Amino acid sequence: MATAHTRTLSRLMIAPSVVMLLAWMAIPLAMTIYFSFQRYNLLNPSRRRFAGWFNYEFFVTDPAFFAALTNTLVLVGGVLVITIVGGILFALLLDQPIFGQGIVRILFISPFFIMPTVSALIWKNMMMNPVFGIFANIAKSLGLQPIDWFASVPLLSIIIIVAWQWLPFATLILLTALQSLDSEQRDAAEMDGAKPVALFFYITLPHMSRAITVVVLIETIFLLSIFAEILVTTNGGPGVASTNLTFLIYARALLQFDVGGAAAGGIIAVILANIVAIFLIRMIGKNLEA
Amino acid sequence: MGSIRLESVRKVFGDAEVIPGVDLKINDGEFIVFVGPSGCGKSTLLRLIAGLEDLTGGKVLIDDKDVTGNAPAKRRLAMVFQSYALYPHMSVFNNIAFPLKMAEMEKTAIDKKVRDAADTLNLTDYLHRKPGQLSGGQRQRVAIGRAIVREPVAFLFDEPLSNLDAALRVNMRHEISQLHHQLNTTMIYVTHDQVEAMTLADRIVVLNEGRVEQFGSPLQLYQKPSNRFVAGFIGSPMMNFIEGPTAAEHDAHTIGVRPEHIIVSKKKGTWSGVVTIAEHLGADTFLRVECGAIGTITARASGEFTVGYGDTVFLTPDSKKTYRFDKNGRTIGHRPQQADTTGNQKTP
Ligand SMILES: Nc1ncnc2c1ncn2[C@@H]1O[C@H](COP(=O)(O)OP(=O)(O)OP(=O)(O)O)[C@@H](O)[C@H]1O
Ligand SMILES: [Mg+2]
Repeated sequence: MATAHTRTLSRLMIAPSVVMLLAWMAIPLAMTIYFSFQRYNLLNPSRRRFAGWFNYEFFVTDPAFFAALTNTLVLVGGVLVITIVGGILFALLLDQPIFGQGIVRILFISPFFIMPTVSALIWKNMMMNPVFGIFANIAKSLGLQPIDWFASVPLLSIIIIVAWQWLPFATLILLTALQSLDSEQRDAAEMDGAKPVALFFYITLPHMSRAITVVVLIETIFLLSIFAEILVTTNGGPGVASTNLTFLIYARALLQFDVGGAAAGGIIAVILANIVAIFLIRMIGKNLEA
Repeated sequence: MGSIRLESVRKVFGDAEVIPGVDLKINDGEFIVFVGPSGCGKSTLLRLIAGLEDLTGGKVLIDDKDVTGNAPAKRRLAMVFQSYALYPHMSVFNNIAFPLKMAEMEKTAIDKKVRDAADTLNLTDYLHRKPGQLSGGQRQRVAIGRAIVREPVAFLFDEPLSNLDAALRVNMRHEISQLHHQLNTTMIYVTHDQVEAMTLADRIVVLNEGRVEQFGSPLQLYQKPSNRFVAGFIGSPMMNFIEGPTAAEHDAHTIGVRPEHIIVSKKKGTWSGVVTIAEHLGADTFLRVECGAIGTITARASGEFTVGYGDTVFLTPDSKKTYRFDKNGRTIGHRPQQADTTGNQKTP
């Protein structure tokens, strides 16, 4: 097969995609690295020059950076906890034979198909608005003081919105895992005297561990770069209370026109994402081994 | 202790009546085998006894106590499943220990029991392994181990050997038989396999479409089948059935004669025919013979019988071992126990 001729030909054939990949991946990364070492502000582009590690130093020592880092991790962690626990509970519920099961399942998945900006707007204006939001109305009807969600608990508000979007995904994956549990195993555990709670913790949960791992890994990738929900609702505020790394980089580049600083932030975000990925793979990756 | 009684047990799935009504009395310490064609309700009946399915009607009694409403664990039965149903994420030790843990037994007692069971079943070297790292036979033994540590009043086996290869199956069959003699506990065993049924059982229940066709010892079923279904189901190769004028000569709608009760000759006999298949197994020779109006007959000649495709042979059925059946398939002549479900092992 692999004669010299076919090898040359195959190289020639895959060349375009390799070139495309390089162009799409390597060039932006290289440019970002390059800009991160430049003093380059769009308000004063003529004063562009090599800056050494200054941009990194400036970005890391900025008090907003540490807040953004914490917010990022809290946001990812919070959403993961809610979607995994909630996903398991909803999966158990949807696994029961109920009337109109098909319709209920489709309704349940639908939040996943709503664009982040749209769902964030709906939450902002219809649910969490302190004057005419549904939560405010519920609070008022109970005689309580309505909460001004985005002013008093901005990060929690965003966690709720994002969790609402990702809950269906987690539920769906966990439901398929649940349905693949061998019914004879369940019968055997029942004969062995396992009560429903023991059945869940000894049989069902270990069976779902692989699916949970997949959900955690996939969600983490997307949650590290949450942006639209923050832009639409709190704009990172009040102060930096709901600013995550992505939003901080955006603020640097497009609000302060500091391209160099934003590039440095981007590189830091890439490194952070890799650290998280390594941790996750170390911690739960063994679940994926067959 | 471990007598089991079923009283007009009925099971309906949706609008399909799978078990129309079964009465059965199983004595303590007996080895009972359920046989029947696929889909006849063997597993369902076993699951009804185990408590894994709810009864539509009737009663299940264990040691004369009504357990119809009891949860499976309360019935003190243990079940071994066809797929083994081991817990894949637990080690062999934890698999066997699981029922004891659920019973909240203390750790040292669990440890001792599990090791004893592992010893009996030659599993000691594998206690730390996961089920995925075991062979089929070892997995089966773990499943049996998980069943015996609970010291149940009866064991239920649902086709436990059907996933094993032929040689291992024979081995495990002997082990299960030995286990029964050691423990002297009631066992109910579901199988497709005739040989397993005949060799293991004290008594066999032949099921057909959820009905008990006959209940008796292996030889009773072989020698005195109560109807055509049982006659055809027990014995291998299957009994030959002949209808029409030949059967009418015997005052029957159908007559049946087993392949091993036919004398094969190259010179003379009652029926003559042409060999269409000859299987030479060394110890036996099985012939399929095309006998014209009578139909195709399977016959066994013991030892080597040198005929081949297209040869003419003569067959003589043993008249003393020819069974006669009426229009409804019932046996005429000897009075076999008609679907005897009363639990008496004596022949009337
Ligand atoms: N949960 C169920 N819902 C509806 N029908 C069922 C259910 N379980 C079994 N049946 C039906 O009941 C009948 C008997 O099934 P069962 O599993 O008892 O057969 P079986 O004798 O064990 O067959 P096999 O030898 O193939 O295992 C079948 O026709 C099957 O379709
Ligand atoms: Mg079955």
